[in-house]
Amino acid sequence: MNISNNAKHSTSVTQPIRPLIQKLAQLGSLRVVIGFLLISAFYVTFCNIAFAEGSFFHVSDYTVSLFGKYLCYALLALAVDLVWGYCGILSLGHGAFFALGGYAMGMYLMRQIGDRGVYGNPDLPDFMVFLNFTELPWYWAGSDSVIWMIAMVFIGPGLLAYVFGSLAFRSRVSGVYLSIMTQAVTYALMLAFFRNEMGFGGNNGLTDFKEILGFSLQEPSTKLGLFVATAIALAIGYAISDYIVKSKMGRVVTAIRDAESRVRFVGFKPEHYKLWIYIVSAMLAGVAGALYVPQVGIINPGEFSPLNSIEMVVWVAIGGRGTLYGALIGAVVVSYAKTRFTAIMPEAWLFALGGLFVLVTLYLPKGIAGLLPHLLSNKDNEDDSSNSKGTDSKNNRSTDIQKTEVQS
Amino acid sequence: MLRIFLLLICCFLAGQSVASEVTAKVNDNEVVSAEVTIAEPQSNEQAQLIALFKKLPTTKLSKMPLLIEQLSQTKAPQIKKTFNSLMNGDLYYLKSNKQIVHAQLNADNKYALTDVLTNTKLEAVAKSKIRKVKTNNRLRGKIRSLLAQLDLTFSDKTVRIEAVKQILDKPNDIGIETIKKLINSEQDDDVRELMSVTLLVQQLLEGEHTEKLAAVKQLKTSLEPSVLNAMATELSKVEKPASPEDKALKVALEKAMADIDGRKGLFEFAENLFFGISLGSVLLLAAIGLAITFGVMGVINMAHGEMMMLGAYTTYVIQQAFPQLIEYSLLMAIPAAFLVSGLVGVAIERGVIRHLKGRPLETLLATFGISLILQQLVRTIFSPLNRQVLAPEWMSGSWQINPIFSLTFNRLYIIIFSLMVFVALLMILKKTSLGLHVRAVSQNRDMARALSIKSDWVDAITFGLGSGIAGIAGVVLSQLTNVGPNLGQAYIIDSFLVVVFGGVGNLWGTLVAAMSLGAFNKFLEPVTGSVLANIIVLVGLVLFIQKKPKGLFPQKGRSAD
Amino acid sequence: MIVDKNGSPLLADENIKPDTRHGVILYVEDVSVSFDGFKALNDLNLYINDGELRCLIGANGAGKTTLMDVITGKTRPDKGTVSFGQQVDLLQLSEAEIARAGIGRKFQKPTVFEELSVFENIELSLAGDKGIWTSLFHKLSGEQKDRIAEILYTIGLTQECYYPAGRLSHGQKQWLEIGMLLAAEPRVLLVDEPVAGMTGQETERTAELLTSLAGKHSVVVVEHDMAFVRSIAKQVTVLHQGSVLAEGTMSEIQSNKDVIQVYLGEDDGEANGSDDIEKAMSNTQEQTA
Repeated sequence: MNISNNAKHSTSVTQPIRPLIQKLAQLGSLRVVIGFLLISAFYVTFCNIAFAEGSFFHVSDYTVSLFGKYLCYALLALAVDLVWGYCGILSLGHGAFFALGGYAMGMYLMRQIGDRGVYGNPDLPDFMVFLNFTELPWYWAGSDSVIWMIAMVFIGPGLLAYVFGSLAFRSRVSGVYLSIMTQAVTYALMLAFFRNEMGFGGNNGLTDFKEILGFSLQEPSTKLGLFVATAIALAIGYAISDYIVKSKMGRVVTAIRDAESRVRFVGFKPEHYKLWIYIVSAMLAGVAGALYVPQVGIINPGEFSPLNSIEMVVWVAIGGRGTLYGALIGAVVVSYAKTRFTAIMPEAWLFALGGLFVLVTLYLPKGIAGLLPHLLSNKDNEDDSSNSKGTDSKNNRSTDIQKTEVQS
Repeated sequence: MLRIFLLLICCFLAGQSVASEVTAKVNDNEVVSAEVTIAEPQSNEQAQLIALFKKLPTTKLSKMPLLIEQLSQTKAPQIKKTFNSLMNGDLYYLKSNKQIVHAQLNADNKYALTDVLTNTKLEAVAKSKIRKVKTNNRLRGKIRSLLAQLDLTFSDKTVRIEAVKQILDKPNDIGIETIKKLINSEQDDDVRELMSVTLLVQQLLEGEHTEKLAAVKQLKTSLEPSVLNAMATELSKVEKPASPEDKALKVALEKAMADIDGRKGLFEFAENLFFGISLGSVLLLAAIGLAITFGVMGVINMAHGEMMMLGAYTTYVIQQAFPQLIEYSLLMAIPAAFLVSGLVGVAIERGVIRHLKGRPLETLLATFGISLILQQLVRTIFSPLNRQVLAPEWMSGSWQINPIFSLTFNRLYIIIFSLMVFVALLMILKKTSLGLHVRAVSQNRDMARALSIKSDWVDAITFGLGSGIAGIAGVVLSQLTNVGPNLGQAYIIDSFLVVVFGGVGNLWGTLVAAMSLGAFNKFLEPVTGSVLANIIVLVGLVLFIQKKPKGLFPQKGRSAD
Repeated sequence: MIVDKNGSPLLADENIKPDTRHGVILYVEDVSVSFDGFKALNDLNLYINDGELRCLIGANGAGKTTLMDVITGKTRPDKGTVSFGQQVDLLQLSEAEIARAGIGRKFQKPTVFEELSVFENIELSLAGDKGIWTSLFHKLSGEQKDRIAEILYTIGLTQECYYPAGRLSHGQKQWLEIGMLLAAEPRVLLVDEPVAGMTGQETERTAELLTSLAGKHSVVVVEHDMAFVRSIAKQVTVLHQGSVLAEGTMSEIQSNKDVIQVYLGEDDGEANGSDDIEKAMSNTQEQTA
């Protein structure tokens, strides 16, 4: 509820909101977003603990988990935006990175169950006993260590991104071809993870988790902790992404998006830059997946499905690609809409989602965030505020040369 | 147009006659007592049959062989079942009216009855109401040989072949004797061939050394699985040859088995190739519409799979609307599916894609949205569950080339059909003015427009054509897989990869790509299993496209960047 | 690994220094390129001297742009050698490496980074390390800012410094692209149709700029505007059907028999005057363009 307010600000064109947005814009998107995240994390925590159930201000445990989920989606959307919005790589396979991060976490959580599973086998997770595994497959080695798990959350998605990216970018596969290929890869992974022989629980995936770092996953306090952790991870992810897009790196990447061959003739190697940002993005997605799994309690091959990946793209498209905060807005707004829709009339959700795809691409190519600068500059034609596009990352650099106001 | 109309009329008339037959059958079933049918004998044979049946309860055991001989000569379809019942001691007659029935003890300690003449179920009765038709061992032997003969002389060739095969698989003296008796009078080459193989196998198993050797020599060319089994049995007997004769037999057997294995391998290869090509034709049908919209127009249509789905559902609707015309439903569905999917395609082009020209990634997203809407639409209108699309009679069955190699008709038709569609499309693009316009617009839109080609109109028609072909592909798919809302999704990635693999904008490339991918998949399948084969093909394709981003047959040139 | 002709490794791209002791900076020898059977370049030989300003002229399809593609690594020739100085084999290098080695290019159709500002366009083009980590932690130094300001002044876009490049006029984009070339401090500049779409005044300034660059840099100009070529060129090379037809000063070219035959279709080789040829050359361009 708190978060969706943000979206309301940007969509409605009512008078009193305008000055507020301008104030926020002057602060710069980084501070606004991080401040907002921390405040809302604090608010949710406070309301969850301080007010009794039934109180108007109480935030239920369910809501805490739900918000935690939304924040994971937001981090994922950030990752998609980084490669699509800034580098022009439309990845229809980011779900694969998300899922790999999730599986890394899931493996750790599976091992934490220990002998409390149905079969009571201290070494093997239940599904392995069921599928007649005699010992842990080699790639499960070390999965009971937290450090190894954290490493795998980065290494798994990063490695996939490296292998796929270095092949694809070096041979200059781009545009729609690349999109189709990313989709094919996640589809192949889905088929692979559905197989029981893979040792990842097949169809059912990994579930029935008991505890994380020694805290029971059923405890409300653990859920709250995970929510706060996710908010912090998102804030860090946002700060990193913000730094990247505002550095020279960000400008090179934007240049690649607009005229890749020209970048080459200027002396940059676009394939290296694309690969780098693709890996960073994959790792962000992996972290999102890892935080998502303990909050929903399951990871299965369905996360690899192409539909999931494409839904992520929709978040970014609706929120506004090419602006980091747009991705966050999109993820939260669309996920919230999905929660509401599927509760009220489930069959309408796909209609709505499909309709959103079409309408946004046709009428709102810059998404919700695209309305924002429009909103600001409309009003202040005479205003000499050099920060009127302050939220726009590209113009936010400090330079010695006199700024010339640009009206859009 | 006129032809289609005539076809429809024919369909209708044929349907009517089918319908009347159906009603007749229903009437038959309503008849509870056999007496009613007896009252109006339809033909001479029927009358004779009934007369013979009437004698069953009263004939003495000594006269029985004659009676059953007479019965078997009528060759009526009921005989086989009757004889089997008689042999098992399940044949009874009602004490009240001497009606012959098959009886079986049910849970209530009563006897469930079936009239053997009309195959209708009667009310279950107590033991006291019925009496067994008498038999003895001599009679059973007689019946057995008559049964063998009955099938071996049956008018339908497939029944005869089946009967011989049964004897081949499980040889028995009566069967072998009967075959020996019948082989010279058999008219059909296939049946006679099989009979002689059966006799030869018998000779191999039971005969003298010289006979065995001769049998091996002749059996070398047979591909019947039982032949190989029989040879293996014989070989195990002479594993350690005690005499020179045994040794000679062993050598001959080993050579013959190697021969057979070699030929079997060849036919297995041919079978895989056939499966591969048939999968390839499905891929071709699915991809060829994309090759037009993506290859010629440069438009990414993620809803392409849903166009196929619409085609499949069109088939379903047609079968629902004309349940008596199942045989012709596919012929009607092809133009209908083309129209339905084509019109939806035109609507999509006009409504959405036209506004996104030159923005391929946005087109991709918007059409994906459309695909979601179409899926949900189908889910809402029909059901999320799979729908049953029936296969017409002429699609089922197979063309048995030899004992281990047969081509199923549905796959055969699909291969032929997809090639026809391919050629037709090629012709449209190469020979018609529409094709000329399409190619002109795809190469230089502005110039084409300057030459007063209506590029908007051409776009819409091209897109409609591509979508329409996807609809036709859907009709074909309805014969192979489940028809459900997700039908298209399973094929969209594959079809894109086929188009890209073959080289965008190159129809021949699409053909080669589809066929080779299909074959590759099917050759991999026996080794790795189908899921893994699928994964390997996907990953292989992804790697291939990295190496050759422009596919197998790239379009070269300075402007092809 | 990139190795020079003596076999010693060139560790970093920055180490690629052309050996120009013979006075030649660019060797193009026996180069052929064909597209689907069409020979765009046919055994072409061309030598560019260090510091010279060379004009390339020729009808459309003569192979001018393809030649530039080959030099900058965009198109790989079917056969032949291209080397930078005596020892750097350009065919071994990627486009980015060639650019970093010191060969800059301006495209026929002006290509600038439309979403970035003019300032940022120049910034990205500055000579220096183009690696990922440098880009990530890069801060503009005082000298670099001065250098950018200087270039902006040279190309007359100081006022438009923070405009997104996409909003510049066609002529301004041409200038921006030249500015980007300057920022890269290349040894060789390949300039494809620099004055297309410029006003007379702008053309004059471009001519001035290009002449002033010669000496310090080697400049190769492809241009259709004969008046412009005449105003800047000392040496002119005429390409025809993928190979060099004639080479020399403008007046030598105008009296060259082969050139006259190709452009005027006269068999006797009698020149009717240099004006006619110039007109014919310009006409060919306009017809085919």
